[in-house]
Amino acid sequence: MSQHSVAADLFNKDEARVDWHDESLWFIRQKRDKAVWQIPEWEELRQLGSDIKEHTLAHLDDYWRTFEEKAAANGIQIHWAADAQEHNQIILDIMRQHQMTRIVKSKSMLTEECHLNPFLEKNGIEVIDTDLGERIVQMRNEAPSHIVLPAIHLKREDVGDTFHEHLGTEAGATDPQYLTEAARQHLREKFIQADLAITGVNFAIAETGGFVVCTNEGNADMGAHLAKIHIACMGLEKIIPKMDHLGVFLRLLARSATGQPITTYSSHFHKPRAGQEMHLVIVDNGRTTQLGRPDFRNSLKCIRCGSCINTCPVYRRSGGHSYHNAVSGPIGIILAPNLDMKANADLPFASTLCGSCTNVCPVKIDIHDQIWKWRQTVVAEGYVEGGKKQGIRLMNFVLSSPKVYRFMGKMGRSLLRIAPFLVNNGLNPWYKNREMPVAPAESFRDWYLKNENNGKHK
Amino acid sequence: MASTSRQHILEKMRQNRPTDAPELPENIQFPPFFDDPELKFCDTLAGIGGQAIFAPSYAFIAEDLQQLFPDAQLVVHAIADLPLSGVHPDTMVDDHDLAPVDLAILPSALGVAENGAIWLDERHFGRHRVLPFITQHLVIVLDRKKITHNLHAAYGLIDPTATGFGMWLAGPSKTADIEQSLVIGAHGARSLRVYLLG
Repeated sequence: MSQHSVAADLFNKDEARVDWHDESLWFIRQKRDKAVWQIPEWEELRQLGSDIKEHTLAHLDDYWRTFEEKAAANGIQIHWAADAQEHNQIILDIMRQHQMTRIVKSKSMLTEECHLNPFLEKNGIEVIDTDLGERIVQMRNEAPSHIVLPAIHLKREDVGDTFHEHLGTEAGATDPQYLTEAARQHLREKFIQADLAITGVNFAIAETGGFVVCTNEGNADMGAHLAKIHIACMGLEKIIPKMDHLGVFLRLLARSATGQPITTYSSHFHKPRAGQEMHLVIVDNGRTTQLGRPDFRNSLKCIRCGSCINTCPVYRRSGGHSYHNAVSGPIGIILAPNLDMKANADLPFASTLCGSCTNVCPVKIDIHDQIWKWRQTVVAEGYVEGGKKQGIRLMNFVLSSPKVYRFMGKMGRSLLRIAPFLVNNGLNPWYKNREMPVAPAESFRDWYLKNENNGKHK
Repeated sequence: MASTSRQHILEKMRQNRPTDAPELPENIQFPPFFDDPELKFCDTLAGIGGQAIFAPSYAFIAEDLQQLFPDAQLVVHAIADLPLSGVHPDTMVDDHDLAPVDLAILPSALGVAENGAIWLDERHFGRHRVLPFITQHLVIVLDRKKITHNLHAAYGLIDPTATGFGMWLAGPSKTADIEQSLVIGAHGARSLRVYLLG
């Protein structure tokens, strides 16, 4: 059995909790809908977002060269990293050069993708995640289960227990206000003490050589404006040509993510403050390879809003951790196989192909089409396990010959009628969570042939 | 090593780029759709946890703030017309000295009706970029005529490169990371009050 389905099985053991998880995410999808319906030009904005991103992907090197020149003039130091290892090493080198040991980090899915925290910790550096949700999962030694809502899988009781253990809050306390206040006090101390702040990047702007970071909590700014060094880390797909284009993307981003009209803070960084160093690490880690795959390059348009995740019926009922990848849900499914096709070959099958992800995507990525295409790719490359491969081969044999199809249909109907236990048993994965149907005595084809001339006036 | 990566990545971007991409959309504008952008701004801001108040004068604002924050120990502002005692932010030396600020009062140049956002840069908060975040409570004074309909129009009216750092601020700091319950006052200001002057 594949990894996603195994992990999803575990998640599904507590039915009440699955229902709660499902409803929490659907609630966010509904908030997104309400925010979107207030904008008459929403569909035009989606098209503009898509066009700007597609255009940019076709001229990436030009825009990056422009950006580099402008950013250098602004006093930002640029670093290029081919892969996760180089990205992590660049950050460690900056720390060592300044003999620094304490980092505060705001949300960056890229640093999750690069496994930066364990690397730095191994090298004796304290990394504190400062987004509340990320801090909670960090204390619990877990990964974020959602790119926008890292602790969406946890209940307030879980957070209360974690904070009791790590922050000394009262045992059994579950009030979100009280728990958030405890985290605020704890993290203020960390912000004041930190030597260096790491942030993610939502958008880099080629024409001005600056970048924009969006948060609701203000944690990225608390870190960046207090620390002596600010390092921003970004995937190379997150560049846009012009400042004006932020008008499109900032209108799309928060409405799609949480249903807010804009995030509380949309911070535009252009120059370090006096006495501060500002670094930007631009990471490839497979992105230029994805750019070279015509079927999948569109995934690089993603602005990481998470709306495809919130709407996904499989994600809502299997939880983010079942995707065993930094980015979960539908967008994770189409990004992960590019990072490691073998390890993530199960993910394209964690979908019903219902297309809801594609419908809500603010930059019109054809997500469900790409999931379907990844299935074909991972099968063609030989990365699916034996059972599924045999099943697909058999299906292909049956469905490509009308004669075989009719024979198998007849067999199936007889079997379901005469010996249903041969089908309705634990060995048949299709029987899991399903009742097999009562089989009709004849197929539609048989019925049609019999009745072809009935009721017809010759 | 770094420079070889740079070269390699830029080359691969060129090799692998799609050839059939759309033209770059530019000069994007959409017509306004609010009857009264000032009222819409107030509604939107209230919806995201902030508060907008029409203020006839600076004297009104000073009086209102004295009533609302009688216990504020450290008040920071640089608005010459505001008859309220406060420390000028630029007289504070280190960014870390701002940790005990209770109340910061800042001017702003522009508000946006559709999302309740306000533009702030170093011309408004001075050289301590951390001020609007680290203060316990934040107050903004904005000319009520300086409210535009949407973000496209807004970008035409500001220059984010005029200073080294600027931002859209929309409401007080907030989080919903614990079971989707909204809590105001995560790491930044616990409240945001916007006076619409005039």
